[in-house]
Amino acid sequence: MSTQELVIPQPRQIQTEPRRSDKVFRGVVTGGGLSSLAILGLIAIFLGYRGFEVLRQEGIGFITHSDWSISTDDAGNVLDSHFGLAAMLVGTILCSLIAVVIAVPISVFSALFLNFYAPGWLKKFLITIIDMMAAFPSILFGIWGFLVLMPSVEYWAKLLHRYLGFIPIFDMQVPVYTRSPFIAGVVLAIMIIPIITSVSREIFSQAPLDRIQAAYALGATRWAMIKAVVIPHGRSGVVGGAMLGLGRAMGETVAVFTVLNIVFQVNWQMLLGAGGNVASLIILKFGEASPYEIKALMAAGLILFLLTLIVNAMANLIVKTTGKSGR
Amino acid sequence: MTTSHESENQEMQTSVKPSSLADVANAKAPKAPGTTVLGTGLETRGVHAWFGKHHALSNISLDFAAGTVTALIGPSGCGKSTFIRTINRMHEFIPGAAMAGEVLLDGKDVYAPGTDVTKIRLQIGMVFQKPNPFPSMTIGENVLSGLKLAQIKADNKDDLLEECLERAGLWSEVKDRLGAHGGSLSGGQQQRLCIARALAVRPQVLLMDEPCSALDPGSTLRIEDTIRHLSETMTIIIVTHNMQQAARVSDYTAFFLSDGGPGQMIEVAPTSEIFSRPQDSRTESYVTGRFG
Repeated sequence: MSTQELVIPQPRQIQTEPRRSDKVFRGVVTGGGLSSLAILGLIAIFLGYRGFEVLRQEGIGFITHSDWSISTDDAGNVLDSHFGLAAMLVGTILCSLIAVVIAVPISVFSALFLNFYAPGWLKKFLITIIDMMAAFPSILFGIWGFLVLMPSVEYWAKLLHRYLGFIPIFDMQVPVYTRSPFIAGVVLAIMIIPIITSVSREIFSQAPLDRIQAAYALGATRWAMIKAVVIPHGRSGVVGGAMLGLGRAMGETVAVFTVLNIVFQVNWQMLLGAGGNVASLIILKFGEASPYEIKALMAAGLILFLLTLIVNAMANLIVKTTGKSGR
Repeated sequence: MTTSHESENQEMQTSVKPSSLADVANAKAPKAPGTTVLGTGLETRGVHAWFGKHHALSNISLDFAAGTVTALIGPSGCGKSTFIRTINRMHEFIPGAAMAGEVLLDGKDVYAPGTDVTKIRLQIGMVFQKPNPFPSMTIGENVLSGLKLAQIKADNKDDLLEECLERAGLWSEVKDRLGAHGGSLSGGQQQRLCIARALAVRPQVLLMDEPCSALDPGSTLRIEDTIRHLSETMTIIIVTHNMQQAARVSDYTAFFLSDGGPGQMIEVAPTSEIFSRPQDSRTESYVTGRFG
């Protein structure tokens, strides 16, 4: 056409002027979003500020040693103190891992049952029950675990020890089966089943219908269809739900405090009646703590807070890396 | 305004002139039923279908001779898809769905008590409107997924893989990247992958529910080629809104219509007859583009 050379223009700046109502709404939701961040940040700052003195005093020993003692003179001046969280951190991780290992299969199976097998009326009923379980006070779980569950779990613990005792975590030197991390883990498992079930159910129910139909049309049984379509689709969601459950289990206080025999000694033997977790340590010591010990408990809280953050970050990483396939 | 109107009219006339469709349909030598030995074919007797209280389909009796292609045409909502979903028992997945009548495969009712529904679906394969490969599987795994899902053992999987992709007209395009994920293919390729996947379990009958409606014209033609090849070895039932397509690929055409009530079959005949001298005036109106 024309011999004129085409002048390629600069891309235009595209601006939009939002309406007033949109601006107001944006302000409201931004406020909501930032307030949770602010609250979290303020709690971290508070814990750090209160616990700083103890953290500086104990150094790395605060997470590697495991004694908790303080002696004061009559006037309340601190003469000597040793604060170490190692046993409590190990206990936190041990109890919550036991809980997740027990709860994940049960939750995944019940989510699959609810989505693909349960008749409509039973599904509604069970979902209500499971949601109620999530709102149940944890002290009641603790008491029930102590009074009802412990005697029967003891029996299972003995079986595990007898037949799997060659594996270090099932081994024990002294036959004390009550109030063990294993029992605390079982109680925690029951407490986190609702959240994992509900997250798994949600993600399984979003499995794309066209792929479900494709599998059935190829002669798949229901189980084969679930394996080929639903589980690949839901895998990352289940991991996410498990991590939410793990977070809840790590922070659980009262139920663990009721069940567990709190001992300041690192114990990986899950059947032995000795353990603890950071949150139950805080509730154990808080009532009669001197001002200096309270600072130590605040520092312990900060460490638990960081541990939870690390676990959540890991969960995000796992969800990202496993979430690529299957969608 | 006037000019655009005129050109629209012209287009209408050229694209759905009944004689041109009849020519297309006549260009193929019609296949006599029963000339191939592929089982005794498929038959439906008095099939009705309901969704809850809604009576969607009324009294469909049709014979599908082995080795023929039957096109189901008719306006949207007339029960064509519902009908083919009753054939391989996919209908019953919809909550509240019910059916009556019989679907006979090799003389046996697929709804008979004690029938293993997964076996029925192995014999009657299905290709859906929207391509739906399994995204977590590679191209090769997708083709062979039916074997895994139905727990069938195959001796030589590589040969089967090549054969199915070849028959679906996809082998030359994917043979160097069988390990790539199914989602990396174009829409037309994905649909042919789904056809290959359906073939791997060696069905006698293949149901196709508007298999080309989401595809471009080039991919559509390739799939029609595939359908013609496949009809040498299996019975095919295809739902289509494209009357050119029905004329090009099918031996028989059945016209479905709903007059506000449940969908009914108005007429079934060799495809050339449906497009050249339909018996029912409603069929004529539909194939000439006067409604629908």
